Amino acid sequence: MKLTKEEQDILDGKQGEVMAKMLRTLVEVGDIFGAERFVDVTHDGHIVTSMGIPLLKPVFRTMQEIIDAGITAKWKFTADPRPIDYKNVKCNLLDKLVFSKVMYGKQHDYEEQLNKVGLRDKDAFSCTCYQPEMGNIPKKGDILSWAESSAVVYANSVLGARCNRNSGMIDLFGCILGKVPEFGLLLDENRKANWVIEVKTTKIPEAQILGSAIGIAVQDGVPYIKGLDKWLGTELDSKTCSYLKDMGAASASNGAVGLFHVANLTPEAKEQGEKLIKKDAKTLVIDDLYLQKTYADYPILWKDKSAKPKLCFIGCPHLSMEQLNEWADKIFNSLIKNGRTKVTCRTILCTSPAIAKIFRSTAQYLKLEAAGAKLTSICPLMYLNNPLTHSRPIITCSNKLRTYTAARFYTEQEILDIITGKEV
Amino acid sequence: MEKTFKGRVINAGELVGTALVSHAGLNTLATFQKSALMNAKQIIGSDQNNPDLYGKVITGKVLCLPQTIGSTTGGMVLQTVCSMGLNPSAMLFSEEIDSLAASGVILAKIWEDSKMIAIDKLGADFLDFVQNGDEITIKTDGTVIVKR
Repeated sequence: MKLTKEEQDILDGKQGEVMAKMLRTLVEVGDIFGAERFVDVTHDGHIVTSMGIPLLKPVFRTMQEIIDAGITAKWKFTADPRPIDYKNVKCNLLDKLVFSKVMYGKQHDYEEQLNKVGLRDKDAFSCTCYQPEMGNIPKKGDILSWAESSAVVYANSVLGARCNRNSGMIDLFGCILGKVPEFGLLLDENRKANWVIEVKTTKIPEAQILGSAIGIAVQDGVPYIKGLDKWLGTELDSKTCSYLKDMGAASASNGAVGLFHVANLTPEAKEQGEKLIKKDAKTLVIDDLYLQKTYADYPILWKDKSAKPKLCFIGCPHLSMEQLNEWADKIFNSLIKNGRTKVTCRTILCTSPAIAKIFRSTAQYLKLEAAGAKLTSICPLMYLNNPLTHSRPIITCSNKLRTYTAARFYTEQEILDIITGKEV
Repeated sequence: MEKTFKGRVINAGELVGTALVSHAGLNTLATFQKSALMNAKQIIGSDQNNPDLYGKVITGKVLCLPQTIGSTTGGMVLQTVCSMGLNPSAMLFSEEIDSLAASGVILAKIWEDSKMIAIDKLGADFLDFVQNGDEITIKTDGTVIVKR
């Protein structure tokens, strides 16, 4: 990489050893991908490391080195969700012991470190920082130093910002230095599609299964998705954005998708149309059968595959306000239809702290509360990392959660039927 | 039978080791997290979507793979695993290394003084040829010799 004088000075240690090490890290990563220069970050950051797992000693040590050197981030940042919320996600004594003393024993100390380095505010913990209520919303063309695969793919695809699939720590270094190496999805040529996905289904595909199918097929490719506008329309309204949030998260966790285009819908596809497709792009047709097979291939990791579900997580990534309202209505109406008043297993809905705060003051929240469902802002993935949960029959409609835990995946309709006790 | 491949050096080193092969992308978080969280003495693959690695010991092996996929904690997880000394002895990528694995290798090298070898761009033939248990010889210039 060619460095400016300021960058060379940092690398030479003129701003201290820690700054030099951070810059050297970014230079070496940039060199691997042929970056020729750094470009300035132009918007607040988002970091993936929100959990105080004692195991992550390198993270805490590095954070302390940064703090001891008196360094703060040029760009404030939001972070992924917190791992614990005993008020709304109740735990038995043993679970609490594992969470508070073993798994997330460094949570308090780590949050103090985040505050010192540049966390935006005490409620800046959500994987969906780009929701209007959370307010970390880049504009088209912004250069970002973000991590969190679901947030990066959303920022690139739906908002038209530019961000690589940065790793934890690299995200933070970019926020601190205010610059990132220019490669990958920051460059026009790498934002072109090397896959064409033709959606030929007879009904709107389940976002989480479509995203999974795309991710498994294209891995780290850039898909240009045709036929989805038939179901989603051509405007990025809140319902459509929620759909793309879930589809993108599944494609990023089941594969490594950092950017997708949807014909006639997402910003770059609207502007450039099929000029975005590379000449040698591969084509994949996804129809009803393809999605059924994708779903059928998900392994079930429960010991007793016919066990009755004990816990259900909805909202990974965190639910939007639109989705939260929809789930409250669906649960309420389905319970009435099934002649019940309470959900049949513990049901936890996850959303950002900002949305939860607003939602708790609405009549919709009363519906959820009356149904016995709970609202939280934790990361369900971090909850399910507790080894004590591995033998419990836990269900979800999140493909990301399925991928990283033993939770069993069901479609949204199946989840609704299970938690509201529909007789089958 | 013996075959030689040449790749690009990401982190140089020399060793002779035993191959462990993943034909699908390696999901770093899903693969490493269970053992790492339980403070195990070695990493046993825990990614339900990767039958090549699921339940297999990864620590100390020469991990042969196309790329890594999944959560952006990937690089940091790799750095942590290296800091605990539970890493594979080498990562050999058939394709160009992805940004998360690259970050993990560099973070481990600069911040943990890790010696984990990484070589990429070994080609699809490499992954077609190499099998679990093959003897792998790695040289500092990116030469990889597979022997069975």
